[in-house]
Amino acid sequence: MDFPVFHLDFLNNRFLIAIIAVLHVLINHPLAVGGLPLITLLEWWGSKKKSQDEMSQWDHLAYRILFVFFIITTTLGAMTGVGIWLSASLINPYAIGSLIRVFFWAWFVEWIVFVTEVCLILAYFLTWKKLLIDKAKHIRLGIILSVASWITMSIIVAILGFMMDPGNWRTDRSLINGILNPLYLPQLAFRTPLAMVMGGAVGLGFVNLFARHQRSLRLEASALISRWMIFWLPFLAVGGYWYYHRLPSTMIGNLAVANTTQEFANWYHILLVTIVAGVVSAFAVAIYGSLGRFKIPALVSVVPSLILMGLLAHFERVREFIRKPYAIGGYLYSNGFREEDYPLFKKDGILKHATYSSVKTITDQNKILAGKEVFMLACTRCHTLNGINSIRTNITAMYGPGPWSKDQLSNYIGVMHSTRRYMPPFPGSPQELDALAAYLVYFGTYGDQLPGAQSIGTKLAQ
Amino acid sequence: MENPAFSTPIPHDLPLPLPAPEWLLVLLLVLSFMVHLLFVNFMVGGSLLTIFFEWKGRKQKAFDDIAHEIAKTITVNKSLAVVMGVAPLLLINVLYTVYFYSANALTGLAWILIVPLITVAFLLTYLHKYSWDSLQNHKGLHLFIGGVATAIFLCIPLVFLVNINLMLFPNLWNEVHGFFSALMIPNVFPRYFHFLAASITAACLFLVGYMKRSQYPYESLIRGLPRAELLKILYSGALGATGLQFLIGPLVYLTLPSHGISISMSLVILAGVFLAVPAMIYLWREVSEPKATVGRHFNKIVFLLTLTVVFMVSGRHMYRATSLEGHKKLVKAKTETYAKAVAEATEAAKTNAANPIASDAPDGKVLFSSYCGACHGYDKRQVGPPVLEIQGIYNGNIDGIVQWAKAPGKKRADYPQMPPMPLPDEQLRAIGGYMLEMKN
Repeated sequence: MDFPVFHLDFLNNRFLIAIIAVLHVLINHPLAVGGLPLITLLEWWGSKKKSQDEMSQWDHLAYRILFVFFIITTTLGAMTGVGIWLSASLINPYAIGSLIRVFFWAWFVEWIVFVTEVCLILAYFLTWKKLLIDKAKHIRLGIILSVASWITMSIIVAILGFMMDPGNWRTDRSLINGILNPLYLPQLAFRTPLAMVMGGAVGLGFVNLFARHQRSLRLEASALISRWMIFWLPFLAVGGYWYYHRLPSTMIGNLAVANTTQEFANWYHILLVTIVAGVVSAFAVAIYGSLGRFKIPALVSVVPSLILMGLLAHFERVREFIRKPYAIGGYLYSNGFREEDYPLFKKDGILKHATYSSVKTITDQNKILAGKEVFMLACTRCHTLNGINSIRTNITAMYGPGPWSKDQLSNYIGVMHSTRRYMPPFPGSPQELDALAAYLVYFGTYGDQLPGAQSIGTKLAQ
Repeated sequence: MENPAFSTPIPHDLPLPLPAPEWLLVLLLVLSFMVHLLFVNFMVGGSLLTIFFEWKGRKQKAFDDIAHEIAKTITVNKSLAVVMGVAPLLLINVLYTVYFYSANALTGLAWILIVPLITVAFLLTYLHKYSWDSLQNHKGLHLFIGGVATAIFLCIPLVFLVNINLMLFPNLWNEVHGFFSALMIPNVFPRYFHFLAASITAACLFLVGYMKRSQYPYESLIRGLPRAELLKILYSGALGATGLQFLIGPLVYLTLPSHGISISMSLVILAGVFLAVPAMIYLWREVSEPKATVGRHFNKIVFLLTLTVVFMVSGRHMYRATSLEGHKKLVKAKTETYAKAVAEATEAAKTNAANPIASDAPDGKVLFSSYCGACHGYDKRQVGPPVLEIQGIYNGNIDGIVQWAKAPGKKRADYPQMPPMPLPDEQLRAIGGYMLEMKN
């Protein structure tokens, strides 16, 4: 409302964030949070070998895996991390702006840890070959790096937990109350072992690739990584249970529809299946590998990492969904409007207070245009006209291909939040609701396009 | 509120306080931005120098070795450039929320393209560095890889610059249509060239400092060009680029829109310029004095130029503060008026809620039309089956309707599933009762 509206009418704004964020977490968790301690473990294990030959084989294997992890985390990993922020500031500037004001110092500390982490990973990677003599020191560096990388994640999880349930912050807006939100520890207890197991699963794949011609090295490294996974799997089960147990009841009510739409309510069961499949497959492969006697076929070793990645992506999606209808629970709706402003909007409408709207007062002549402005302001953070999660698909699913009835639409949009719990209440005045319905009927019949401010700029009311 | 600034948009600020005193945030912004900029300069300038030396190295191997050595520094500097950029980005988000996000949205596609573009550029820099030996016989391809990375590095600062520039001119926000039109605001290109020249200077000096260290095994890495000669080449680069600033600098100053210029800001900038003069004299002496003594003025040069940068960055901040001063006041006033309106409307809504229209029992007809009517018509199928049909199924069975509404199943393959109705039992019963008696 106070920012020019960036809008991607085909790709969908939320989808843009989702791609970037899921990529980031799929790199961060296995390759950094879980991968770095795993590599340190491999390095340490190799350093204890008696023969020089074995020692250098192990060292080389650990270094090659680190090389891959290093290249990916310092390019795509780092940039998607920044990218979440850049895309969020385009798509929901209210949410990210508010979060930054509340969490400034947390983010600032996060930055210091992050700087430390980058310096450490550069040092760890670049001094690997040079410090061959003083291995103990280098391994210590690896341990510190692993801790720093975990701390980075643990700070961000505080902010994620806050977005889902701000807890006491709603009454006392302090940083501490924000951090100590009820979902913080359970989520951390879930993500930490998940990252560790995923690091192991991905590590198994790379051991199979890099040590494919060294049978005994491959078997022993696979066994070591398998034991690492077996160690973390019980924590994953407990953490997962705790996390789901803690989700506030309203969010649990949404869980059934969290996996896309209601027709796919059974997706929720698929989520459970994915969790079980991820844990069981990782466990099975790890038990098999930990025997250290048989080769794990390359294809089999990749299976748990793929399932776990699917699980993580799905978990993030469910997490994003269950905080709806809010972007910041109880404070800011996902449409970008603050809950506390609703009484004013109900009274005056949103157009009157919007900085960027070509219409301020609705008349019979400008009704459809006004409806379009309302759509742009109130609906486009999640919906498009013609693209992903398009309003046409959604309305067609309910009322058929049309022509749609204006009264039916306005009646429905006015109360949809009471049955579709993930939708924020319509923020505007009754006239605006009417105008929106009129625009949707027009759109349903004649079609329209909706370019964002990034291509056509903004207009002020005359 | 009436908008006295004509076509200038005046947004509301976020109704949350700044997390720290403004002066502290500004100080952190200026300091962290300088550090970020330094590494960006090393990265961009370093890439340009790598390509330059690699190109020269096709004829003289020593230059190829030098290029390889520079390439090794870029991958480190680029990681630091990114991580050091997070703090100023965070601070500018806090301090200039409405300004920065507005500029971001208006140049949105270019802004988000930063992410894939930098990722590709970083991957290419690694490829360029690690394929140095294996592509030794395919120099054209190798140069191309480095060239593409460098070209991307040259584009990215332009995107940031356009944003940081556009945010200072709310009066232009309504006239901008995407990144390229924001690029055309007069002072963008002079500032960009100012930055590029600074990158060359910074990268040359960084490499002098890096390569003149006694621990640096220059002789074993680079054969055929004495260390002193290379240092002189780098000093010449720094000198030339700094000299160029005396042309670009005034152009930047003259193209700055006047509303941010003040006497004190001009004096601060001028002080920076004056400090660059002795730095240039020392640079000249490094270039012209005997080889044996090369490097002895290095610390003085770095000190003086650092001060120049401090003055320039402070001057920039003063410009930013002055140019937004008036608009910030308008935003503040508007935000306060708005907060008052919100408080009044909330109060009024509370009063209304406290005095509900007296009613003894829930009204099934009203409830039906608000919760059910959007999907269920009387005798025609809308989203769900018509009430007439439902009457047939639940003939007299209100509880059946209530149970179904609480936890609907899916009976009809060609209908979407009904969502559960989270209403109190007595309201559901009223609705059920109304539905069973409903006649058209």
